[in-house]
Amino acid sequence: MFLQQVVNGLSVGSVYALIASGYSLIYSLLGFSNWAHGDIAMVGAYIALIAQTSGHVPFWLAVVLAIAGAGCVSMLSDMVAYRRIRNNHSPKMFLMIAAMGLSITLQNLIMVTVGPRFRTYGDVIPVRSIRLGGISLGVLDLLTMGIIVVALVALGLLIGRTKFGLGVRAASSNMVTASVLGVDVNLYIRLVFLLAGVFAGMAGVLLGLKYNIYPTMGSIALKAFIACVVGGLGSVPGAILGGVTIGVMEALVGGFISSGLRDAFTFALLIAILLVRPSGLLGKNIVDKA
Amino acid sequence: MLSSYAQGLIILVCINVIAVTGVSLLTGFTGLFSFGNAGFMALGAYVSAIASVELHAPFLVSLVAGVLVAAIIGFGLGRLTLGLRGDYFLIATLGFGQVVQVLIEFFDKVTGGARGFANIPPKTTLWIAVVLAVGSVAVAANLIHSKFGRNFTAVREQEVAAEAVGIDTFRFKQMAFVLSAMFAGFAGGLFAHYYMYIVPKMFDINESALFTITVVVGGLASLSGSVISCVVLTLLPELFRSLASYRMLFYGMAVVAIILIRPSGLMGYHELSFGWIRERMRAKRGKTASKERKT
Repeated sequence: MFLQQVVNGLSVGSVYALIASGYSLIYSLLGFSNWAHGDIAMVGAYIALIAQTSGHVPFWLAVVLAIAGAGCVSMLSDMVAYRRIRNNHSPKMFLMIAAMGLSITLQNLIMVTVGPRFRTYGDVIPVRSIRLGGISLGVLDLLTMGIIVVALVALGLLIGRTKFGLGVRAASSNMVTASVLGVDVNLYIRLVFLLAGVFAGMAGVLLGLKYNIYPTMGSIALKAFIACVVGGLGSVPGAILGGVTIGVMEALVGGFISSGLRDAFTFALLIAILLVRPSGLLGKNIVDKA
Repeated sequence: MLSSYAQGLIILVCINVIAVTGVSLLTGFTGLFSFGNAGFMALGAYVSAIASVELHAPFLVSLVAGVLVAAIIGFGLGRLTLGLRGDYFLIATLGFGQVVQVLIEFFDKVTGGARGFANIPPKTTLWIAVVLAVGSVAVAANLIHSKFGRNFTAVREQEVAAEAVGIDTFRFKQMAFVLSAMFAGFAGGLFAHYYMYIVPKMFDINESALFTITVVVGGLASLSGSVISCVVLTLLPELFRSLASYRMLFYGMAVVAIILIRPSGLMGYHELSFGWIRERMRAKRGKTASKERKT
């Protein structure tokens, strides 16, 4: 029973980790909370749905379209809104407020075009489970975890081993210095938004497969934000650690204590960790300079 | 005199003005972003509603009870979280807002849970709402022009420097936070006694986000800007009610547009006063005059 809940938690937690890693990448570069990130995931889920129901394309192609579409919407959001705010040298909170406006816009755009109803993809993935030593593993859960582990390992290699990753790390450590040294910072920011959008699109489709598709499904990103703070803002490994921790804890609280109190326990965990480590588990300690 | 629809709108504006004034003190003047203010509003609403219905307390007493509970919880939350920086603080307050909602739903024997709490006496009349909103703004305006207000601004502009000249920044952050919680609790009490029926969903994270958006759109460090933007942003969706589902779409786009076009908000760092208007007009005249000279 205990192990079963841990496995369930890992499945949900891996989706949190996927959303949180994109959010954390953007935070590490620009230092703002991208409130529209969850809504990008929602847009991805809807692109797959529309491609599947109206376009009658095979599901794998619908998923590819969703991931590409979410990446493009994410990149566009930077080109239309955030870049101009950066160029104005406005405080960082304006980026956050613009993201909130964008979040409201995207949700209501879907609401008026597709409608507020709950939708599903139908039986795309067989609802079967594999029994393994007393634990039942859903095919979908296994698939989710597998895809996400591959995606996160690929992200790690991309950031750690490639020239692109070096540029991103340089820009996140000091944007002005990086641009002086010849890193095209605006290009890197755009590519990071694309990458974060791709991950969000993936997460959106996976969430749609597991639960439902509806205009406010992006609010699950709140959990991903909390995961980032628990792990340390701007740290991608921290975001993954935070996501998995919160997923497992939610499953355990839901299974053994009360599903109604899940969010209260998540909050208690958040406060407890921040009291001990004010910058999260793996976050850098920020000190204000005079 | 006024139709009941118009009266309802004015009462709604007044309630929002009170809540936004609290957020304006915190965000506009102290520079702290909180996403828990809808949570404090929920506390004020539920405590005052339960006091009115279950304990048959007079309206004023139940309002004060709501404000006090919001203040006490705000003080406790502030102690725990005000040492955190930037987005860490923001997410902590966001989590608080979520927890308030979850707990109200969980203790459904007392609060009615997700089904809501009904039969609250309709005590918030037009005149009460207007007088209390004007009073709240006046209190906040006085506070800003006092020594406390200047210390709030010092915390916002240069926290380290403020600390260096001997301002106990934690204490002033704490004070601003508790004050904003009290304004929110007050607005919540009036809200409950106007709608007569409350559900936890009314006080969700979106409500907190709307308060913050209102303050930023109005312009930071401008109480009058917050009030103007609150009136406009509350009435705007009502004017477009016939467009039904499109109104929130326009609302979202308008927020993005305002941030892009006028980053300092409607009235950033200025207060609406006769002096300010005179100065603006003189500046405008000067600008056109210099243009004429050029051509």
